[in-house]
Formats: sequence, structure tokens, C-alpha cells
Amino acid sequence: MTVTAVRKNPETLTMTLDAAFEASPERVWQLWADPRQLERWWGPPTYPATVTAHDLRSGGRVEYHMTGPEGDQSRGYWEVVEAEAPRRLVFRDGFADANGRPNSDMPINEVRVMITGVGGGQTQMSIESVFPDTAAMEQLLAMGMEEGLKEAVGQIDAILEEDVTSTTGR
Amino acid sequence: MQIAPPDYDRMFGALADATRRDIVRRAIGGEEGVAELAEHYPMSFAAVQKHIAILERAGMITKERIGRRKVVRTNLEGLRLARSLLDQYQELWRGRVARMTALVTQDQEEEDA
Repeated sequence: MTVTAVRKNPETLTMTLDAAFEASPERVWQLWADPRQLERWWGPPTYPATVTAHDLRSGGRVEYHMTGPEGDQSRGYWEVVEAEAPRRLVFRDGFADANGRPNSDMPINEVRVMITGVGGGQTQMSIESVFPDTAAMEQLLAMGMEEGLKEAVGQIDAILEEDVTSTTGR
Repeated sequence: MQIAPPDYDRMFGALADATRRDIVRRAIGGEEGVAELAEHYPMSFAAVQKHIAILERAGMITKERIGRRKVVRTNLEGLRLARSLLDQYQELWRGRVARMTALVTQDQEEEDA
């Protein structure tokens, strides 16, 4: 495992994951820029990805679907915001309906990739996954990840305790 | 990030709305009925009813009869599932990096061969 750090920032609703590779930045960039390579890592083994469109330029679009063990398919797309080989890629990852049209009911999250050569044949890749206020996922993540859910769980605990107290008091 | 089976999709779809999240928070105590909940929001009763129906279908809340009243209560298990999905999100990227590493390592092996 080459993941060197994972950070979650509740204020900026960002998850950042750093990884180190024994390869050049160009090679690491290929993992994103070559659709056949992308297919080999984007989906988990049980949900392999098939990339059907791949225009990795600013304003470009990547389309894919993932096929589950039951043959079920889910579609997604990237809107490429920035693509600067071999060091920077920013895209918005969203869900699409069966016709490939964006499903606006589902959250979109922005992914920012930075690829940096650190010498000695090593490359660092930082993946920042952001849930901005334009994305519905933002507050959901805030709720799920940190404050919101903590608060909710705190309330849950309080309620459960209360139940126990009132039951035993009876 | 589409590893989510359909139930998760529905759950996240349900939670992807500020009003619905607020309903989930308010309903943790399970004290209010639909009409009482509706009073908290500057929208029609029908609109709140619709939000509640979406949450119910997603398994985030249940309606319970307490005596003569019917109250809306948050399904705590649903919240736990949502939280576990967020952990999975991190795991998702860890898995991706592991597969990326395998690909990069593979061509080094090919070079060495």
C-alpha cells in the first residue's frame, strides 16, 4: 500500500489522500489519461469500469459505466475542469441516468489530482476530493463525517440513555 | 464513485437535500407527526409530506403509531449505514491507489524481465 496520508477536513469538506509511486509523473499521469489503464483501477474488482468516452481536456468529458456481479450497470461521467499533463487534473464526478444524461438528483463531487515528481524515480500523487456548496453532497458529508452525525449520534445516545433511565426508574 | 448498491443511492439521494436532512435531525426524538414537522418549514404541507415520503422510502425514517398519534422517527440504523458509506468512500480511494500501484509495478516487472 502506497497511501502515505489521509486527511479529512470538515471545514472545507475535503478528503485528501496522498500516495507515493515508484514511477515517473508521466507514468502516473497515464493511469488517468489512458482509458484502458483507467478501466483497470477506477472500479473495484466486483464493479469493473468500462470507459466509453474519454476526452481529457479542460471542458472535456469522460463517460463510463460500472458493471456489478449481477450484470447491473451504473453510469457516471466526469466533467473535466482542468487537465494539465502530467501534473494536474480536476474533474467533477457525477452520476448519469440510463441514457448517459447527468442525474441531477445525485451528488457531484470534485476531484483534484496533483502529480509531483519528488526525485529518485518517485512521484507523489495527491487526490483531493471536495464537496463544495454547489454539490448536494457537501452537507451530507458534513453530517455524516463529522459534526452533523456526531451531533446526531450524541442526541441518539442521550435519547437511549433517557430511555434506560426512565425504564429503570419505573 | 459508483460502488454504491441501489439502497445507498437512494439513501444518499434522500439525504441530498437540506430540508430532508433537517427532518432526519428533528425526528431523532420521534416526537412529532407530519403536521407538526411541517410547521418548521416555509413550504406547503404537501411539500413536507413529499420529503417525508422520500425519506421513508430510503429507510431513513419510519412512521410509528403511538397511541392515537402517528410520529415520524429517524431510523438510526439508516444513519449508521450512511456513515459507513462515508468510510467506504475513503476505502474506495485506497482501493484505487492499490490498483494503480499494481499497474505501475507491473510495468516495472515487464521492464526487468
